[in-house]
Amino acid sequence: MLDLSIAAASEALRRREFSARELTQAHLEAIAALNPRVNAYITVTPEMALAQADAADKALAAEAPALTGIPLAIKDLFCTAGVRTTAGSHILENFVPPYESTVTANLLRNGAVFLGKANLDEFAMGSSNMTSAFGAVENPWKRRGDDTALVPGGSSGGSAAAVAARLAMGATATDTGGSIRQPASFCGIAGIKPTYGRCSRWGTVAFASSLDQAGPVARTVEDCAILLTAMSGFDPKDSTSADRPVPDFRAACGRGVKGLRIGIPREYRPDNLPAEIEALWQKGMAWLREQGAEIVDVSLPHTKYGLATYYIVAPAEASSNLARYDGVRFGRREKGEDLIDLYERTRAAGFGAEVKRRIMIGTYVLSAGYYDAYYLRAQKVRALIQRDFTEAFRKVDALLTPTAPSAAFAQGENLDDPVKMYLNDVFTVPANMAGIPGLSVPAALDASGLPLGLQVLGRPFDEETVFAVGAAIERGAAFTHAPRLRAGASA
Amino acid sequence: MSLDPATIRRIAKLARLHVEEKEVVRLQSELNSILGWIEQLNEVDIEHVAPLTGAAQMALRLREDAVTDGGQQEAVLANAPERVGDFYAVPKVVE
Repeated sequence: MLDLSIAAASEALRRREFSARELTQAHLEAIAALNPRVNAYITVTPEMALAQADAADKALAAEAPALTGIPLAIKDLFCTAGVRTTAGSHILENFVPPYESTVTANLLRNGAVFLGKANLDEFAMGSSNMTSAFGAVENPWKRRGDDTALVPGGSSGGSAAAVAARLAMGATATDTGGSIRQPASFCGIAGIKPTYGRCSRWGTVAFASSLDQAGPVARTVEDCAILLTAMSGFDPKDSTSADRPVPDFRAACGRGVKGLRIGIPREYRPDNLPAEIEALWQKGMAWLREQGAEIVDVSLPHTKYGLATYYIVAPAEASSNLARYDGVRFGRREKGEDLIDLYERTRAAGFGAEVKRRIMIGTYVLSAGYYDAYYLRAQKVRALIQRDFTEAFRKVDALLTPTAPSAAFAQGENLDDPVKMYLNDVFTVPANMAGIPGLSVPAALDASGLPLGLQVLGRPFDEETVFAVGAAIERGAAFTHAPRLRAGASA
Repeated sequence: MSLDPATIRRIAKLARLHVEEKEVVRLQSELNSILGWIEQLNEVDIEHVAPLTGAAQMALRLREDAVTDGGQQEAVLANAPERVGDFYAVPKVVE
């Protein structure tokens, strides 16, 4: 039951092969057994989940919406009414939102069951889940014959680990520079960052507002499509929400790729790209060719500047967004000699090292005298990055690239050098800069037995083609491996 | 461009972050390493390029100037670290 896809579980629920309560109970038991080690959840909500499951069992009698009775993990960045929402930070460790984010409200309206709140890098800033104030997450995957604890990627590391370990059937996640796609790749599952504006940002704790976008992770491309259809939609409460109809993404998964032109950006091949990743990329091209697509070389000349641009734009927006944590209206408060001292001591105690670094960088690049040299220049390079994609999409329907430059690394690796950690996002950041959709699909295991993903990028608001290409990769890869740490397996 | 200790302290002040003296050296080295890496953007030709502020590719909507929500004092104050009546409480600001 725990190994089923959302699509299969949904049919089984409707055929009454098992009840929503049984499905939820099985997940809660798996969480109780494995979460003390994996630490994928910060907060588990068993009573609420079982009540939602019981409501789903009643609803299943009639025409019930798509996700009725499906147990999900919710990244602890989405505000959930009455359930503590921490953003992985000490500064919000006791914050209980009185409202529900639009994305989670959409899922509840579609009948979903929420198992709890998934771990993440603090304020979604990180690529390893090591910056969470609630402890590291252990990747359910292990190198062959080696028990070293690996990172699940980040920032949606808890979401990806929960889904890989069968502690949820799917999860919400967010992606500012790769935080859905890189953990999906590290954990051997699928994940899509849709077009900027597709999912409402309302009620999601803000990191970098011009880049943040919510999306799902799940074990199949089709499950991601089902979840994204439910999460998306126009929301007047988010001024950048796209006022356009939500297609049936699930139907797009079956379209096939016959006649599609798939671009291979030559700049996504840095000198130190591991041979295994290059070989997998070639396999991906072959799978698409076999299914009738045409492979075309394209150039995105400003790719190499994506990361540096990101590390100006994202911290600048973060320094502004995180100014709200002042110890006065909500969140943690430290005592101070006066009001300024209260602010400074609250923020020093409440934020972790990576968050402080980014606030400091952001404050500096926005400060008088440096704004033009850093922030304005970065916004102009961002325009060039977006222009590269616009030019490429005149010639091709989608792009195929590796998701990340490596497989999962060990906990504690890359911590001494922030820039080295940032390099994890080299293939994912450009999509955020341009606002285009990107999907990671599990494609193969490397020589040590760890999963690697391929990324499909598409035109703005053309997630349908992205799903069609992703499903074709999935068919070609026939990836059926499962991680060592998972519910029902003996560790 | 390299940040000196005085600049680190000034940025911390602007960011309202209390920084202990012993943290200044570490922050100086970390921030300089990040900023040094960012310097690569100086080689990009940005003449005649208009800055891109967001990815939304749309004009912001106008909406009617109407009250749509309100009267939620209890919900708003529910997470306040300290309150007095219907107000947030802070240390004395004026003598």
